[in-house]
Amino acid sequence: MLDFQIVCAALLNGLTQGAVYALVALGLTLIYGVLHIVNFAHGALLMAALYGVFFLSARLGIDPYAALPVMIAVMFVLGYALQRFVIGPARHGRDENVLLVTLGLAIVLENAALAAFKSDTRTIETAYTFSTVNVAGAMVAVPKVAAFFGALAVAALMLLLVSRTDLGRAIRAVAKEPQGARLVGIDVEHVLAMSFGIGLACLGAAACFLLPAYYVNPQVGNGFVLIAFTVVVLGGMGSFAGALAGGLIVGVIESLGGLWLGESLGQLGIFVVFIAILLFRPRGLFGRA
Amino acid sequence: MRELGAIAAFAAVVALLPLFVSSGFVLNLAIMVLYSTLLGQAWNLLAGFGGQYSFGHALFFGTGAYAAVALQVHLGWNAWLALPAAVACGAAAGVLVGALSFRYGLRGSYFALVTLAFAEVFRILANSVAFTGGGVGLLLPLRESAAAMQFGKAGFLYLILALVLVGLLATWWLKRSRFGAWLAAVRDGEESAAALGVDVFQVKLAAIAMSAALMSAGGVFYVQYFHYIDPHIAYGPAVSVEALLAPIVGGLGTAFGPLLGAVVLQALGEATRNLAGDVPGVSLVAYGAVLVAMVMFLPRGVAGLFAGRSA
Repeated sequence: MLDFQIVCAALLNGLTQGAVYALVALGLTLIYGVLHIVNFAHGALLMAALYGVFFLSARLGIDPYAALPVMIAVMFVLGYALQRFVIGPARHGRDENVLLVTLGLAIVLENAALAAFKSDTRTIETAYTFSTVNVAGAMVAVPKVAAFFGALAVAALMLLLVSRTDLGRAIRAVAKEPQGARLVGIDVEHVLAMSFGIGLACLGAAACFLLPAYYVNPQVGNGFVLIAFTVVVLGGMGSFAGALAGGLIVGVIESLGGLWLGESLGQLGIFVVFIAILLFRPRGLFGRA
Repeated sequence: MRELGAIAAFAAVVALLPLFVSSGFVLNLAIMVLYSTLLGQAWNLLAGFGGQYSFGHALFFGTGAYAAVALQVHLGWNAWLALPAAVACGAAAGVLVGALSFRYGLRGSYFALVTLAFAEVFRILANSVAFTGGGVGLLLPLRESAAAMQFGKAGFLYLILALVLVGLLATWWLKRSRFGAWLAAVRDGEESAAALGVDVFQVKLAAIAMSAALMSAGGVFYVQYFHYIDPHIAYGPAVSVEALLAPIVGGLGTAFGPLLGAVVLQALGEATRNLAGDVPGVSLVAYGAVLVAMVMFLPRGVAGLFAGRSA
């Protein structure tokens, strides 16, 4: 039997890692969960945002947390333009085309980064990179705590946006009945592009919270794509609270899986859970039927 | 009949190639084009003819490749016996994934995601069990003889040509058989196909088995030609992407689409290598951009240019 202390530490480690997953998945919850735009470039776009934060910090000396407004604005504009001018027109009425065009985007982004920045792994060092706080007897890195609360804040903001604002109402209308939404005067293409932009703005925020505790290289997004989809489906398509819980659950599964099966098999649990959820409970843990 | 004639003409041209060309570079280029064609044909069978877009065809490729090497290295089988056995393993993997995902009605993006997840599961497993050599991979010893299915360039060209011909004949058969009509009905609308009495589940299962069998043959060819396989090559996303690029560029759901796409992509790859030198990633940027451009502007592929606007 494993020591209680070790299991506790693994649990805590899983929760902080899970917060990172949740942060990355929140943008996808809006894009895929609500609007069913299958964004395969989510990981590659996260990679692009991480490079943005990295260069802001390394070249201009801007602290990653201070870069939040810049990254949110830049990623929003990028997302709006991508959906409006590339992904939307490529759809031709079939979801499969969105799948392919975002896959193409991911390949372009990843390899452009590879050609421009080489495959070196880069990190930034800040005053707080190595500082820790004591949480229930275990030491947790400060940036991970920040990421945890960042995930909570982003989830709360997204929930407010979708449930309380006019734009949120329009988004839900487009998600439920695009034709009907068009008939009552909603500019569907604009709403889709706004949603995609907001989803990527979440990614921009995620990159700011992620980089102080993480690293960036051209492949860094790959590990997040399938996990982000797992979190969205696990949490119940389109539920922000569900994505938050789903992210934490996935983090804990990975951490405990690594503890019991060995490091290399740690991620196995995530994908097995994903397959099982898709097959047996596609509405997710917290989704409504 | 016209299509059979085209297939025969294509086979004759490729078969005569080694008689006139002795350059290893050109023969290797032809082999790589036909290899991409084979992977594309496999994906095209399921996606172009059956409407099911898989993002995890590496699962079948890797299973075929690993089965072929493991049977030869661990059990001392002859390569010609290992080929059908490996293809059977790949087809079995297809039936497994198909039975689970079609039984529970996964379509569209859900099917793409579940196939990708299955490939990831196999990649992680291959990384950690002894049978596959773990992360180190498996080496197929060099033993150049026709009995061991290891030839010179010309011999490999004939081998891959034979496999591509199987793929071409399969699409020819799909276009004129009852099964092909069922599959087209399923692709164009599952509910209406079911209403007409088509057993949707069985038809999709047979399609994924055929597609997986062809894909695993590609895996067997890969290890015979390159003598090495590891979890990332076998089950990583690169092979899954390679399999879908050629048919989308060439023309989805057409017999010669994968071949056309493979030629275009190979030419593009060579051109970018000549222009940009050996900067890593540049040729893949071009592939990705072509994929985006094809879906945006030419959703019916290069073949669509020739087919006119009527169909």
